[in-house]
Amino acid sequence: MLRGVGFALESGELLHVAGPNGTGKTTLLRVACGLSQPEDGDVLWRGQSIARLGSEYSWDLAYVAHDAGLKGDLTARENLRYAAGLRCTVSDTDVTSALTTLNVAVCAELPTRALSAGQRRRVALARLVIAAVPLWILDEPLTNLDAAGAALVLELIAQHLAAGGMALVAAHGELAVRSGRISRLDLS
Amino acid sequence: MITRTGIVRAAMLLIERDLRLAFRRASQLCHPLMFFLVVTTLFPLSLSPQPSQLRDIAPGVLWVAALLSSLLALEALLKSDAEDGTLEQLVLSGQPVVALVAAKTLAHWLVGGLPLVIISPLAAMALGVAPDAMLVTAEGLLMGTLTLSFLGSVGAALTIGVRRSSVLLSLLVLPLAMPLLIFGARATDLAMAGEASSGPLYLLGALLAFTATLAPFAAAAAVRIGVE
Repeated sequence: MLRGVGFALESGELLHVAGPNGTGKTTLLRVACGLSQPEDGDVLWRGQSIARLGSEYSWDLAYVAHDAGLKGDLTARENLRYAAGLRCTVSDTDVTSALTTLNVAVCAELPTRALSAGQRRRVALARLVIAAVPLWILDEPLTNLDAAGAALVLELIAQHLAAGGMALVAAHGELAVRSGRISRLDLS
Repeated sequence: MITRTGIVRAAMLLIERDLRLAFRRASQLCHPLMFFLVVTTLFPLSLSPQPSQLRDIAPGVLWVAALLSSLLALEALLKSDAEDGTLEQLVLSGQPVVALVAAKTLAHWLVGGLPLVIISPLAAMALGVAPDAMLVTAEGLLMGTLTLSFLGSVGAALTIGVRRSSVLLSLLVLPLAMPLLIFGARATDLAMAGEASSGPLYLLGALLAFTATLAPFAAAAAVRIGVE
């Protein structure tokens, strides 16, 4: 599907993966996560192949896929507590503050199947706030979000980059992030 | 300060999550149990209700019904997680997939297998099995259903990407479950005849040790392929 794609990401840098539908944006992100294997070539993290690093690499990344990755029967709080709890010790306060950051604290006790698509996305993105990891891999993070939500997510990305983080973001539209270096990889 | 979650704590969390999900959907808990009771009741209705004949068929009926009802819930073991994207998140959680799959299997057994073991004396009594043999049946089912859950986890992981996979899953798992059926029914049979049933029970234990140690590795490998 993809051939001859190569890039390097440095601290404080965002790579915007752009391109029409079906050009392989999600595929590229999944390869970068280690979920899919490339037919040829390699993905390196801190100079080492991710295939060799295994879970050590997973510790360092947070992936928010196109589908939110939430259990509909669990509340937003439970979803976040289990998802983040598998990685690191989280307190109820951490969960509440992450949900507050994304402006979905009011939905904390509701099952996520009862939430709107935009609210579900916000809950999924709250994972990024809890897991303080250097690499964010986001697939269409602004989909279903209203203008305020999109601005909030872009601000979170800007803060993440300012703190020395990295982001690999697939998006159709422009990403108006206020700080950090932005490079663009156009797959079309 | 961020403290990484240890592997045991992560497994406990995942078991807690799956149990919570199961209790939110009571049908997932009740259906296999009701299926087990209904199937064991069908035999006396279709064959003769004479106690001597019922006792003859009891071991086979109990074990076949237990195997089939355990299979019912098996499809849900990984599929719902794969469909809503949480399985990907589990794979990327930084925890060993083997431990996570083993934890999910254990949670699945607690929900689908253990209740069968607990209710089995009731079904055994209805078929005229003596109290001593009921205990042996429950012991056998305890090991048998757990073994089946581990075996089934491999099947469930292999069929993640298959639509309507329940029939394929049964075709994959049932042939592998035949030794369970043979030794399990034999244990009940021997106990009913008043003989020592430890031989088949030991063999069931050996099968459990074998699958519990190897199946999570096979299932984890299949999960990795399944999420790709």
